[in-house]
Amino acid sequence: MGAEFVQFSLTPILIGVFAAIACALPGNFLILRRQALIGDAISHVVLPGIVVAFLLTGMVAAIPMMIGAAGAAILAVILIEAVKRLGQIEPGAAMGVVFTTMFAAGVLILEQSDTSQVHLDVEHALMGNLESLIWFRADGWGSLLDPAALASLPDELPRIALVCALVVVLTLVFWRWLKIATFDEGFAQALGIPAAAVGFGLMVTAAVAAVAAFDAVGSIIVIAMFICPPAAARLMTNRLAHQVWWSVAFATMSAILGYVFAGYGPLWFGAQNAVSAAGMIATVSGVILGLACLFGPHRSRVGAGRDEAA
Amino acid sequence: MQTFLDALFLQAGYNAALVAIGAALLGFAAGSAGTFLFLRKRALVSDAVAHATLPGVGLAFIVMVSLGGDGRSLLGLLAGSALTAWIGLLLIEWITRRTRLAEDAAIGAVLGVFFGLGVVLLTVVQSMSAGRQAGLETFLLGSTAGMLYEDAVVIAVGGSLTVLATSLLRRPMTLVAFDSEYAAAMGYDVRRIDLLMMGLVMAVTVIGLKLVGLILIVAMLIIPAVTARFWTDRSHRVIWIAGAAGGASGYLGAVISASAPSMPTGPIIVLVAAAIFVVSLFFAPGRGVLAAVLRHRRFQARVHRRQGLLALAAQHPIREAYTVRLLAREGLVRPDGVPTDAGRAQAAKVARDERRWDVAREVHQDAGLTGRYDGLTPIEEVFTRDEIDEFDRRLGPPMGLGDV
Amino acid sequence: MASPMSPGQQPTIATENGRAARPVAVPSGAPLAVRGLTVSYGEKPAVFSVDATFPAESMSAIIGPNGAGKSTLLKASLGVIPRLSGDVYVFGQAIEKARERIAYVPQRASVDWDFPTTVMDVVQMGLYRRVGLLGRLSGRMAARARDCLDRVGMADFAHRQIGQLSGGQQQRVFLARALAQDADLYLLDEPFAGVDAATERAIIDVLKTLKAEGKAVVAVHHDLSTVRDYFDHVFLINVRRIAEGPVATAFTTGNLQATYGGRLAATHLDELSPTGGA
Repeated sequence: MGAEFVQFSLTPILIGVFAAIACALPGNFLILRRQALIGDAISHVVLPGIVVAFLLTGMVAAIPMMIGAAGAAILAVILIEAVKRLGQIEPGAAMGVVFTTMFAAGVLILEQSDTSQVHLDVEHALMGNLESLIWFRADGWGSLLDPAALASLPDELPRIALVCALVVVLTLVFWRWLKIATFDEGFAQALGIPAAAVGFGLMVTAAVAAVAAFDAVGSIIVIAMFICPPAAARLMTNRLAHQVWWSVAFATMSAILGYVFAGYGPLWFGAQNAVSAAGMIATVSGVILGLACLFGPHRSRVGAGRDEAA
Repeated sequence: MQTFLDALFLQAGYNAALVAIGAALLGFAAGSAGTFLFLRKRALVSDAVAHATLPGVGLAFIVMVSLGGDGRSLLGLLAGSALTAWIGLLLIEWITRRTRLAEDAAIGAVLGVFFGLGVVLLTVVQSMSAGRQAGLETFLLGSTAGMLYEDAVVIAVGGSLTVLATSLLRRPMTLVAFDSEYAAAMGYDVRRIDLLMMGLVMAVTVIGLKLVGLILIVAMLIIPAVTARFWTDRSHRVIWIAGAAGGASGYLGAVISASAPSMPTGPIIVLVAAAIFVVSLFFAPGRGVLAAVLRHRRFQARVHRRQGLLALAAQHPIREAYTVRLLAREGLVRPDGVPTDAGRAQAAKVARDERRWDVAREVHQDAGLTGRYDGLTPIEEVFTRDEIDEFDRRLGPPMGLGDV
Repeated sequence: MASPMSPGQQPTIATENGRAARPVAVPSGAPLAVRGLTVSYGEKPAVFSVDATFPAESMSAIIGPNGAGKSTLLKASLGVIPRLSGDVYVFGQAIEKARERIAYVPQRASVDWDFPTTVMDVVQMGLYRRVGLLGRLSGRMAARARDCLDRVGMADFAHRQIGQLSGGQQQRVFLARALAQDADLYLLDEPFAGVDAATERAIIDVLKTLKAEGKAVVAVHHDLSTVRDYFDHVFLINVRRIAEGPVATAFTTGNLQATYGGRLAATHLDELSPTGGA
């Protein structure tokens, strides 16, 4: 069990956990700012980003594709803002216009260019392939101390770990600005805090997290991780700091349970093949949110938690 | 070129013609149904509905196969997708109503989770049909390649039915979309009409699945509605214009797609719709960007001109360089800000108008008239010639500005 | 239409409505002065070419009908919304250099009271500029925040979630946050809107104490019947500056009629200003 677990399950689970946390952290502020669906928009435009990056560089390498995806995400954020302001259109519709158009352009370019011989297809981009990120050279827990084995870790792991750490650091450093610019933008501006820049920085951070997570787990799962853990967390507490901790816990739980259920669940039902781990992680996060909606101590808008007052 | 013209005039084969007509009808229905969503500020609900169809497709396939069928019957798959889309809709409503979460969070949660579940079910389907292509992936992005005659008929008939339903339901839906409280006061059941509206959106989504796929059907519901908003402020026209824009995108998209290789129908339809949107965004009269920029610059110039003349009248220096440039261009001041004779005359006129307004406010205790004094509206637009003469009589003879 | 030049004749700007010709120079010491301020939403000016000077050690009210640009004037002064033209001086300096000296109480309705935070958290937001991004919130500062809550009578509610407060209590929390800023100029946007009588008394007591400490208070105000009791100085606005000055001389029937037009019944005006007329 030990050796097999380290070889086949440890790295996908770690990647899943880091991806989930990296998305859930900015997600907390996005849902409080009523911008939850920016994650939806970003995860759709990742596809055109990598397609264009592939066409420009001609190679299926992670770094240029991530740069392309991040560029597309930031372009989408800017375009959404532009359509919103220029056309005086409500944010949801502006998002819908921009991300569907960019996605359509991505699919068209993909079909037009000759990418059949390389592994670059839409379904993979959407669904991810967490199961394949195994650690070949590992033969047990001892491999964690073996430099040769460590060198063969899938590249996705250090990348997502780095991005996750970056998101954690940004959240801690800008905690006060994020909090005040989210709660009371006008007051933040009156204090001289660049509230608009904070909002834009949050979206860029979300885009970077989405792109890194996409690299590992596919783009659609990213939306679930942006929204479900923070939304469930919001129903558990009335303190922002506590909410963020809860969201990290829920994200971690979703990633671990989702991976385990996807790998071993079908066996319990007598089936042979595992199901999509990324899909199962999203499903588990949905179940957690459902439970929070039914039983979360602070689930309703009024009347909840009166007892908190000392 | 010839293939394009053939396709344009429906000469490129029976299936292609049916698809083009179906796409036009679907585009029309999507555009007009999407208008209600857009006006109700719930455009992205359609995104959740679309993604929530995926588990239904997977489930329907599994059920049909386990009942001994082939599993690929389009009608069966669409029925399954409608079922889970409806469940997704109800969940969004439930979350928004029963918890403190806002609608955008509910939409995103349903979207992500249902899609995740759908992906899980697709992997189950893959292992069930080991070796054989179930082809369910085409529901992600749509595909008219290899479309059966029956599929084309489903699209054409479904498109017609949704157009019919939209025109039947347009009155109550318009009312609710524009002013739900008023509709409620008139005795309409707003919640039921909202659900009907969602049902229509769901129908469009399900019918569009095979054609454009679940990710891009959202575009057909949103883009034409947003486009139409640039061209008119009247509700019934928005619906028709959105329908026309949607229908044109659907038809042209299907035609272009049929006339060239590697032109997937869904993305082409969306890009045609997006092109119409971009043209409207920039060039629509009234609400377009170009018109707005010109209007804003004229407005800013008017404000600065007026403020500059007021400063001259009060014998204050003009502080802002832009104002000086503006007045200098009209020959009202010298480049160093000192007024010319013409400038003095204009300033005196402006100062006199200011004082006329002061009198007007005393004479007419009527907010409807004096409330229009925003500093820019010429007094001649608000009062008649003899009324202004009366103000002048009270003010005494005209005065000029003394030499500075 | 342009009137001809009449040499020697000085322009006499009408004075009936307190609209005397104003000095050009920017007052160096005034807590808040705006010059030529124009703000517009779209094609209609919300505030047009307004000059205003709010005096030190006093309480000033910004008065005018709905949609007359009262809040806009306040927010544009703070740089919260962009100006089309004009300048703002706080104690004779540009706003950016004087932010530390301003405290701001936004309209209660401008924030989401369902936000997951406590009363104490909100008050501490008033200290954010001082402590910076990562600076430690010292025990002295925390004590200060508690003290500010105490001043508005909310010390017992420090750990309550803000969504559970009444409207009056929410307003007190906002005032406590402004007090925590320890400023010299307090700008309040409709501090008495929708609050109970006890809260109104509590707020006015705090504001009067501030004035006694030598601070300047500027509030957007709605209720004409309390202007004489609460304020020393008024600024009447209806897109344009209508009048400004001490309550005794500027808060007159004539000025109010000029501000509100026909929307204010004459009998009501007589009650408000016993001197009657300009």
